[in-house]
Amino acid sequence: MNAASLIDSVVQRFPDAVSASHSYRGDATLVLRPQFLVVVAQFLKQDPALAMNFLMDLTAVDYSAFGTRPTPAFFSSSGVAVRPSTQIPDPDPWAGPPNGVRFTVVYHLFSLVHKHRLRLVVPLEEAVEEVDSLTSLWPGANWLEREVWDMFGIRFRGHPDLKRILMYDEFEGHPLRKDYPVKKRQPLIGPVN
Amino acid sequence: MDGTDNASFLTSRLEEAIGWARKYSIFQYPFVTACCGMEYMATACSHYDVDRFGAGFPRFSPRQADVLFVVGTISHKIAPALRRIYDQMAEPKWVVAFGVCTCTGGFYDNYATVMGIDTILPVDVYIPGCPPRPEMVLDGLMKLQERIQGTRKTGKRPPPEPRPDIFQP
Amino acid sequence: MADQSNGSPHAHAADMETRDMLLNIGPAHPAMHGIIRILAQLDGERIDRADVEIGYLHRGFEKMAETVDYNGVMPYTDRLNYVSPLINNMGYCMAVEKLLGITVPERCHYVRVILAEISRLADHLTCIGASAMELGAFTVFLYMIKAREYLWELVERVTGARMTVSYCRVGGVKGDLPADFAEPCAKAFAETGRVLAESDILLTRNRIFVDRMSGTGVISAADAVSYGITGPFLRSTGTDYDVRKDCPYAIYDRLSFDVPVGTRGDNMDRYLVRMEEMQQSMRMVEQALRDIPPGPVQVHPETGRQIPAAEMVDLAKVGNIAAIRDDSALTCPTLEGSGREERPSVATHEKRVFLPPKEDTYGNIEGLMQQFKLVMFGHGVRPPRGEVYFPVEGANGELGFYVVSDGTGNPYRVRVRPPCFAIMSALSKILTGDMIADMIPTFGSVNMIGGELDR
Repeated sequence: MNAASLIDSVVQRFPDAVSASHSYRGDATLVLRPQFLVVVAQFLKQDPALAMNFLMDLTAVDYSAFGTRPTPAFFSSSGVAVRPSTQIPDPDPWAGPPNGVRFTVVYHLFSLVHKHRLRLVVPLEEAVEEVDSLTSLWPGANWLEREVWDMFGIRFRGHPDLKRILMYDEFEGHPLRKDYPVKKRQPLIGPVN
Repeated sequence: MDGTDNASFLTSRLEEAIGWARKYSIFQYPFVTACCGMEYMATACSHYDVDRFGAGFPRFSPRQADVLFVVGTISHKIAPALRRIYDQMAEPKWVVAFGVCTCTGGFYDNYATVMGIDTILPVDVYIPGCPPRPEMVLDGLMKLQERIQGTRKTGKRPPPEPRPDIFQP
Repeated sequence: MADQSNGSPHAHAADMETRDMLLNIGPAHPAMHGIIRILAQLDGERIDRADVEIGYLHRGFEKMAETVDYNGVMPYTDRLNYVSPLINNMGYCMAVEKLLGITVPERCHYVRVILAEISRLADHLTCIGASAMELGAFTVFLYMIKAREYLWELVERVTGARMTVSYCRVGGVKGDLPADFAEPCAKAFAETGRVLAESDILLTRNRIFVDRMSGTGVISAADAVSYGITGPFLRSTGTDYDVRKDCPYAIYDRLSFDVPVGTRGDNMDRYLVRMEEMQQSMRMVEQALRDIPPGPVQVHPETGRQIPAAEMVDLAKVGNIAAIRDDSALTCPTLEGSGREERPSVATHEKRVFLPPKEDTYGNIEGLMQQFKLVMFGHGVRPPRGEVYFPVEGANGELGFYVVSDGTGNPYRVRVRPPCFAIMSALSKILTGDMIADMIPTFGSVNMIGGELDR
């Protein structure tokens, strides 16, 4: 199935679940409302025409600094800002991140049978940093969701054991958030260098 | 070196002999974490054989080893384990910082990495490189051997230089 | 503690109360695979439960990628799966090129594929060598590392570094293959083939090896799919999924190769799959070297004569300028000053992405502007706003890069989908029920690379 028919088959089945869709650079993408995540994922996994049996990846993006990162000045002492000029023109531009949303959780699904891919983007509502867990459908989601919790602080409802996986337990904060400074260390032993 | 140099001819010859024996029978504890481990393996194997220096037999228990080769990036999560392994080693012991991540942290200047293991352990030889070529490793090993030779019987050696404060954030 | 309620003085083994033992394996342990901690709950020798704890090599790749520009992420990608760095480089570059919407010349695709397959060879050699060493076959380890050294010398010829190469750039590769690449490649492959034949004799029908590897570490195909496992691990269960065949990229659709698939999903099948994959990789590289489109223009268009640089220097030293006045020097492609001839074959034409050859940078104003616009702080490669996911076949499975761009010179988010993460998440399930001695070959066949798992 190509990108357009993938998107159509989901939109027809769950018309109120999908708030937006696109296929930027050929990657079929659906923006879902959080409460429909599990039903749509179950449909995608079990419907024989789609048969998305692989959960390839589960990650999150923090859009709080999108479009607001300062453009560095030409000579930092002069204060003259560089105007970002001629990028490569894009005939079919991306719609951009969902409006006013800080976190989105991104799922990449793949079908072994039909060899097609789909990306699900679930924007989380303002100040609600929780989404349903997919461990009931794919056991592989267990560790992936633990990593998203560790790095971003997004909780997964229904996860059997949500704890840190890459950082140590004494670490405070969630490193991949945009407001966590890169060099802020919390050493267990030794100096804070 | 330590100022009380009241060694007699026999004692200094004995120390030299002990130093000679120690430097040609190094039992390394390879604390291998990351990419440098691949160059460590390459140094230890046929092409750049490290066995000809007498250092070819790794001992995987810290109690039985005398040189701790810290190979690869040390993150803050593994740092307490590294310190504990160092503490468990019996004197005389030496530490080699293999790879630039252990020397100064490399280019992983972020929340997760220890910027140089000399902040938690005293280091004898620094082998920079990302990863260092096996020839550099062997050069570092030879410097370590000189240092081992120069260790006095009591285990005293020149104290490691304190890390210079060259970078003020 | 004996239960003697039945009155007999001897206790039956079944009536004895036993306690499970909690054995902590790691994080620093002898299997030179990296640092990982397995908390095994043992009932005698059988593992009842195994908790796997990772994260000891977390180096913040994704956070660092947001602080540097697109080409600056390249050294960080090298150190992800550090035994096959060229595959990671290629995956990241192709993801960014997909985001930019540019294409690279065909020869560049061929060069990338050749080096990726050589990297895959090195990875499988390391994996099998290390796991054989842990089972006691130290000789096989030495032989395979010897073969890997030949391959690394080959890689060094092309890229300049043995392991952490940073060879690919967004929009191309750093430099073309040297003109005399085919012969050392054939020699290195002959050596590798010899080593593989020897290791095959030593291991494949070796009673000890077969007993330890067969039937241990078994995972079913359904479980493997549900955990998201890909690569040799999945193929050993009988599921035929290889990104190179099913979602081909670069020029893989033009190469003919077989994808070995196992049947039982145990360690022996994974070993056999990897051994066969190495043969297929060598086959692919030979085909690619035959079919590769012609390289840099060997003859300077203006003078029509190229002589080796050393000869030119010698002639100039004795004052024979007249003989060399109209000639051009044939220099090593990794040396500066020879860029213009090889540029069309290794880099995209898109000027906003790839640095110009040095002759143009210093020779004309357009080249200088192109250099400045790519190098000056605040400029650089700036893909349009967007998000892409690009999967390649890493040595352990599907290595995917998910790149989000906000239009500036630094990536907004770079996510690596690590293939061994999925395998490690299934490890506790695989180990349950096996003996503790079976943990060693199982863990060896997982080919856990800490740089990729923890990033």
